[in-house]
Amino acid sequence: MENQSLAVQIDDLTVAYNYKPVLWDIDLSVPEGVLMAIVGPNGAGKSTLIKAILGIIKPIAGTISIFGKPYAKQRKLVAYVPQKGSVDWDFPTTALDVVMMGTYGSLGWIKRPGQKEKKIALESMEKVGMLPYKNRQISQLSGGQQQRVFLARALAQDASIYFMDEPFQGVDATTEIAIINILKELRKAGKTVVVVHHDLQTVPEYFDWVTFLNVKKIATGPVKDIFNDDNLTKTYGINYKVAVNK
Amino acid sequence: MQEYFNLLWTDYTLRTITLGTAVLGAICGMLGSFAVLRKESLLGDAISHAALPGIALAFLITGAKDSGTLLLGALVSGLIGTFWIRGITSKTHLKSDTALGLILSIFFGFGMLLLTFIQKQPNANQAGLDKYLFGQAATLVESDVKLMIIVIGISLFVMLLFWKEFKILLFDADYTKTLGFNTKFIDVLITFLIVLAIVLGLQTVGVVLMSAILLAPAAASRQWTNNLGTMVLLSALIGAFSGVFGTAISASQNNLSTGPVIVLVAGAFVLFSFIFSPKRGLLFREIRFRKNRTDLKLMKTLQFMYGIAQDHENISHPHAIRILNNFQGYTRDSLKKLEHEGWISIDGQQWAMTPKGYKQAQEMYNQQKK
Repeated sequence: MENQSLAVQIDDLTVAYNYKPVLWDIDLSVPEGVLMAIVGPNGAGKSTLIKAILGIIKPIAGTISIFGKPYAKQRKLVAYVPQKGSVDWDFPTTALDVVMMGTYGSLGWIKRPGQKEKKIALESMEKVGMLPYKNRQISQLSGGQQQRVFLARALAQDASIYFMDEPFQGVDATTEIAIINILKELRKAGKTVVVVHHDLQTVPEYFDWVTFLNVKKIATGPVKDIFNDDNLTKTYGINYKVAVNK
Repeated sequence: MQEYFNLLWTDYTLRTITLGTAVLGAICGMLGSFAVLRKESLLGDAISHAALPGIALAFLITGAKDSGTLLLGALVSGLIGTFWIRGITSKTHLKSDTALGLILSIFFGFGMLLLTFIQKQPNANQAGLDKYLFGQAATLVESDVKLMIIVIGISLFVMLLFWKEFKILLFDADYTKTLGFNTKFIDVLITFLIVLAIVLGLQTVGVVLMSAILLAPAAASRQWTNNLGTMVLLSALIGAFSGVFGTAISASQNNLSTGPVIVLVAGAFVLFSFIFSPKRGLLFREIRFRKNRTDLKLMKTLQFMYGIAQDHENISHPHAIRILNNFQGYTRDSLKKLEHEGWISIDGQQWAMTPKGYKQAQEMYNQQKK
């Protein structure tokens, strides 16, 4: 454990939107190569944590480093899958076009995507089983397909760490299986994957690492060691069983 | 109208005005697409109203009445208004509609106050500022049109240069930020171009109607395409056409005020697109909806028949049509359609399922079980 390098290290992170802190004094280390779930009740700050790591939200205090350096210097190592509901799916564009956006970061300003970028995008779509839908207008895709398009876009970034905000939300069983297989493949390839997750029942099956979060960090570590009643109660309160069975 | 197009070749003034409104329509249509896709349609309205005090102040300070000076004033106060709206939305708890409404009415009120103040001044030079309220295309001169052409050239260049950045910001701003793009810069660039387009149109269309010429072409073109590039291009064309056609109508009909006519022409485009666009239009949507319902009814009837036919050794054993009375939703018409499809045969008061119909129903049944 000691000599395993850290993909993400967070010290003293505090985030507040107005007066009330959303995240309070978080210390968190994510070892390289884990498939980690962030769990916690609604309003626990799960999405905010990811957004703070990615620099979308400015924290009040704290430092965040990715492989030992600030995020701004490590962008190319990081990919992001936002919540599906965060964009307007009626935007006039195709599935392939959205996936291509994953290559924009390495392209930089002004340069247009070319054949090389298109090839990367098509390969990513193939991995998530969306190749047959590449020219489909994005509003014509089902919720699960839209989620897979987002996943393909992140794959096109070819990163070392993947942050995903509720990738399983509102998707069909086929998509859920497709996504989890890709997550496991990413881990096999030595990538680190951090997922905001809602379904407590599937945590032991899908993930090997877990972080309990409820404004403060409750616990973090291997699922087999810390995914227990004690931590669930601390995170969700005494009625956590309701949350588990939901 | 014929007369107008004849005049177009001979009358220099009319040609200038027509070219001006066409170019203006094109700029507004092009940049209006971005405003619509950013769901900031009302921003255009707020900006145009916020530009009014700038026009009045520019006149009070310089005493000049040329459109260049006045529009520079409009640009400055339009930009100030825009950034105040942004500021209010991000720094306070007020929502953007409140911020837009506030800035729009306060700036406009201040502008009107200044206008009345200017009108009370003794010198004779003040007349004509009120043309910026409703616009007056007839006052367009060659230098105005040249300015418009320069602006559309710059906008086009910037848009093509930053096309990729514009597109990704419009679709997913947070994600754009994580990729390392300076989203604030892209945002300011888009907003600046929109403000520029609005200010240019004030002389022709006026403060009050300006947002329509910005939004209508974009709203209309969105109905016809699912491609951003096509949408922007089509929107520019619709804008340009509205300008030309509006000018033509106004020139040939006792000089009806040009601005409102242009807006109405653009509005007609919107109405036509909302109804007749093949994919998103109301008409075809209704037709598709009805067809789906009829198809479903037909399938339900076929399935009911399948249930009956299943009980017999010979699937094509004839049954009385009367049996179908137990089933809600069949009509003589639907029977005829089923026969037309070759799924059943009708003989007097009896119907029988054909092997083809049986197969069809079976496939449907299996599909539902899945």
